[in-house]
Amino acid sequence: MALYSEKVMDHFLHPRNVGVIEDADAVGEVGNAKCGDIMKMYLKIKDDVVEDVKFETFGCGSAIASSSMATEMIKGKPLSEVAALTNKAVTEALDGLPAHKIHCSVLAEEAIKSALEDYRKKQENK
Amino acid sequence: MKIYADHAATTAMSEAAIDAMTRCMREQYGNPSSLYRIGQEAKEILENAREEIASLIHAEPREIYFTSGGSEADNQAIRSAALAGKKKGKTHIISSAFEHHAVLHTLEQLKTEGFEVTLLDVHGNGIVLPEEVEAAIRPETCLVTIMYANNEIGTVQPIREIGAVCRAHRVLFHTDAVQAVGPAAIDVQAENIDYLSASAHKFHGPKGTGFLYARKGVPLIPLINGGAQEKGKRAGTENLPGIVGMAAALKEAAAERDAESARLTALRDRLIAGLKEIPHSALNGDAVRRLPGNVSFCFEGIEGESLLLLLDEKGISASSGSACTSGSLDPSHVLLAIGRVHDVAHGSLRLTLGRENTPEDVEYIISAVKDVVAYLRSFSPVWRDLQSGKTAFIL
Repeated sequence: MALYSEKVMDHFLHPRNVGVIEDADAVGEVGNAKCGDIMKMYLKIKDDVVEDVKFETFGCGSAIASSSMATEMIKGKPLSEVAALTNKAVTEALDGLPAHKIHCSVLAEEAIKSALEDYRKKQENK
Repeated sequence: MKIYADHAATTAMSEAAIDAMTRCMREQYGNPSSLYRIGQEAKEILENAREEIASLIHAEPREIYFTSGGSEADNQAIRSAALAGKKKGKTHIISSAFEHHAVLHTLEQLKTEGFEVTLLDVHGNGIVLPEEVEAAIRPETCLVTIMYANNEIGTVQPIREIGAVCRAHRVLFHTDAVQAVGPAAIDVQAENIDYLSASAHKFHGPKGTGFLYARKGVPLIPLINGGAQEKGKRAGTENLPGIVGMAAALKEAAAERDAESARLTALRDRLIAGLKEIPHSALNGDAVRRLPGNVSFCFEGIEGESLLLLLDEKGISASSGSACTSGSLDPSHVLLAIGRVHDVAHGSLRLTLGRENTPEDVEYIISAVKDVVAYLRSFSPVWRDLQSGKTAFIL
C-alpha cells in the first residue's frame, strides 16, 4: 500500500503547468514557509477565460500534486467555473489524498481564489 | 540502483541473527519456565544470551532485563526511578529537549502526576553540557535521563561525564542508548550509567526485542505484571527467538565495531563534504561528535517530504524531520531544539549509513540529492524570494 494514489504520484513526478507567467493578469499566493506549504498561481486571463496558468509550490508531494491538478482543472475554463472549483473536486480528481493531506487540496483552492481576488482588484483599479 | 540509507530507522537483519533465530524457532521451542528438558534447554539459551549481552556492555547478567524494545525499556527505567523518588519526596527530573518521544512522552505523563521536568538546552551543536546537568540538579532531583546519541542528528553525548555528575550528587542516571548500542563501545560501569535502554533492530537484530540494563540495587518496577519472568520485573513468556537473535546481532556488531566504525566515518565525512557543496545548506549537529553513519542536513527553500519521495524514485531510502513526514504541523523537535527555524527545518534530510553501504553508494547519493534539491528549488516560491532578495537567506 503506497502513501499516495497513482494519480497523485503522476502529478507529483510529472507536474503540469510548472513555472511563472511574467506578465500574468492575476497572481495568488497562499500558505507560509513556517507551516511548510506555499503555493503561488499565475493566471493569464482573456475574455473571462483562463488562457494560461502556471504554478510554483514549496511543499510536500501532495501539495505539488494538488497544485498541478488544480491548474489542469482550470486551464481554458471560464472564470465562473474556476471560481466554483472546490478542494473536494481536486481531491477526487487525484483519486483521494491521505486524511492529513487534505489541507494541500484546500491550499490549491485558496491559491486560485486568491488569484481571482487579485484579478478582481486589478479590474476595479483599471 | 537501490540504496538503503535509513539505518537509524531500522537495519536489515544479520545472517547470524536469522540463523540463531531460525534454529531457536525450529528446535528450541520450549518454555524457559518449564522444568522438563526442552524447557531447561530454552532456559539455558536465554541465560546464555543474557550473559553475552551483559559482557558486551560490561554489565553483570543479572542486570540485563529483556523487553519488547527501546520504548518499553525507556518507560520502565524512567517510571521506576520516578516512583522511587516520589516515595522520598523527590519529584524533579532532568532531561534534554531533543530526547526520543519514548522519553519525552513518558515525562509529559509524569508531569500530570505531579513531577517537575527540566529539559536542558542542547545548543546549536546538539550536545548537552555536563556542567549544565550539574547546575540543574536540586535536592529533590530523582533522575537524569539523557540519550547516548541522538536519533535524528546523531550527536553523541558526554555520557561518562554526565554519569559522573549524577553519581557525585547521588542522582539516578538513565540513558536511552537505542542509537548507540552496536556502533558505540559501551561500558556501563566506566560510564557511570544506572539504566540503559537498547533495541535490537537498530543493530541488525529483530524488531520487537530490546533490553534494559538496570544496575544492581537501583529501583525497578514492572510495567507488565504477571508471571515471575525476568525476576518478576517483566512478566510474560520470554521472546526467546528475538532475544537469541539480538545476542547474535550484538556479538557480530561488537566484533566488527572498530573496522566498521572507521569505514563508516570515512563514508559519512565524504557524504557531508559532498552535500555541503549544495548552496544554502547546513549540517545539523556537531561534525565530529556524531555517530559514524549519521548525516543530517537542512536545505533552504525546499520541503523534506517531496525530497524523500524523489530520492525514493531514484532508489534511495532516507528520512526527514519535516512536518509532512512527522504527521504533525511542526517539524522535528530535534531540529527546533538545535535552533533551526521552522522554514529551514521543513527542508531536512537524514541519511544514516550502515553495513551494506559502499563508497559508490555515497557518490550516487551526493549526485542524486544535488539533482533533486536543484529541481525542487526550480519551482519553489520560497527559493524564488530568497534568490531575488525579497527574503533573506538563513543558511
